[in-house]
Amino acid sequence: MLRDRFLSPYQHGSSAVHRWPAGAKLLAAVGCVFLVVLLPRSAWWAYAAIAAGLVAVSLAARADLRGMLVRLLLLEPFVIGIALLALLKPGGVPLFLSMLTKSTLCLATMILLTATTRFSDLLAVLWRIRVPALLVTTLALMHRYLFVLVEEMERMQRARRSRTFVAGRTSAWRNSAQVAGQLFVRTSERAERVYLAMCARGWKA
Amino acid sequence: MHVPDGFLDARTLAATAGLAAVGLGLALREVRRNLPPRRVPLIGLAAAFVFAAQMLNFPVAAGTSGHLIGAALAAVLLGPAAAIVAMTAVLLLQSLMFADGGITALGANVLNLAVIAPLAAYGVYRAVRSIAGTGQQATLLATGFAAWCSTMAAALACAVQLAASGVVEWGTVLAAMGSVHMVIGLGEAVITMLIVAVVLRARPELVTSAVPAMQPTHRRTVAYGTALVIGLMVLVAPFASSLPDGLEHVAERFGFASLASASQPAPLPDYSLVPLADSSPWLATVLAGALGALVAFAVAWFVARALAAPVHPTARH
Repeated sequence: MLRDRFLSPYQHGSSAVHRWPAGAKLLAAVGCVFLVVLLPRSAWWAYAAIAAGLVAVSLAARADLRGMLVRLLLLEPFVIGIALLALLKPGGVPLFLSMLTKSTLCLATMILLTATTRFSDLLAVLWRIRVPALLVTTLALMHRYLFVLVEEMERMQRARRSRTFVAGRTSAWRNSAQVAGQLFVRTSERAERVYLAMCARGWKA
Repeated sequence: MHVPDGFLDARTLAATAGLAAVGLGLALREVRRNLPPRRVPLIGLAAAFVFAAQMLNFPVAAGTSGHLIGAALAAVLLGPAAAIVAMTAVLLLQSLMFADGGITALGANVLNLAVIAPLAAYGVYRAVRSIAGTGQQATLLATGFAAWCSTMAAALACAVQLAASGVVEWGTVLAAMGSVHMVIGLGEAVITMLIVAVVLRARPELVTSAVPAMQPTHRRTVAYGTALVIGLMVLVAPFASSLPDGLEHVAERFGFASLASASQPAPLPDYSLVPLADSSPWLATVLAGALGALVAFAVAWFVARALAAPVHPTARH
């Protein structure tokens, strides 16, 4: 369940924030992230203002604040892990705090964006701003089959679990690798079928 | 190893974004020109596969578990150019959809994990296979060692970027990232070998078809990659020597401050052997790196031998 919720960050809604054009939201989010990154390290008032702005937009979107907070906390350990290295530097405490604030604000911005914007809409924006077609096709196929493959993987794991009673560490590694290897075989077979289906519908490389 | 937003400074962000764009652009061109259209959808699905495979847990100890990075796996199964495109898609989706890895740091993350890591993996894979042969055991050995080297290359590139941004000291970050990823790299090597062994047993042509059809153009890709890495070093070097701490301190102490001009390459990681470290840190660092590589090679060799051993017909179920 947690995994399902984590894999689909978009929260359905009909607020004004949801209805804003995806391009504008992407531009605003990326602009906000760049602003936060480029602000001087001690611009605490600006950080507070941006945080207040994010909270205001979240409230306007009637977003699931708890879900967004959980997502933020799940990502925070990676940020802290790198930031801790700055503490080893002489006088690193203000550096540590400002990096932590910057990163957290950027994470919150992106989480808010994905909570209110469909990934397919973001893909359409990438297409419009002329990101190379091959890359957008790859992203679209990846997004389309991500959930298919994750479910296929879970079915294989369930089948394995229902047949295996002892799970030592070695066998756990072997089993996971077995699942991944089989998944790749099935993925490439599926890719063949997808290619034929795409050709049948008039796709040209 | 995903760098979040807010850690790298503007110079490093611009430099890494430029290098990543060049690497990705060359890879896209290579795929468009030389990959049969039949294999284009596989890139997208393989990207989804890498994402899914990263969710598999490999228990380590005391409740912790590691997971796959996948750059070397992608390089071995797809070839270098397709691997770069697939890994870039993985990183783009992770940062745009899951806020995993920064937006401003996207260039750095793509450079480390989607350009440097697959190219390093592919270069090592080709090199080992050209020496050890193309049998099953040699392929697995090459895969394992390539996975370790690619993990180290990506980690060191990441460390160089963090240090060049001045948020951490050169010695600290190189030592921390280098030593931690020496171990993580071993895990990556074993996982990648196990997975490739499964694919080799089920559909060997999936592994071999990505590889022996190497046109001279692929050699060009490797050459571009090497040039890219050297470019990175050259770009980073002026930043390094302009830093007031770390490197300069080292340089003054060991009396090669006069050498530390623009052509000074980034220092080697500082994961030094303790007794040697005081008398000759450079030698100690080189020795530690070589020792790590040797251990990784030995592990890859043993695992490859165990995995490639002919299974007795009755032992299989």
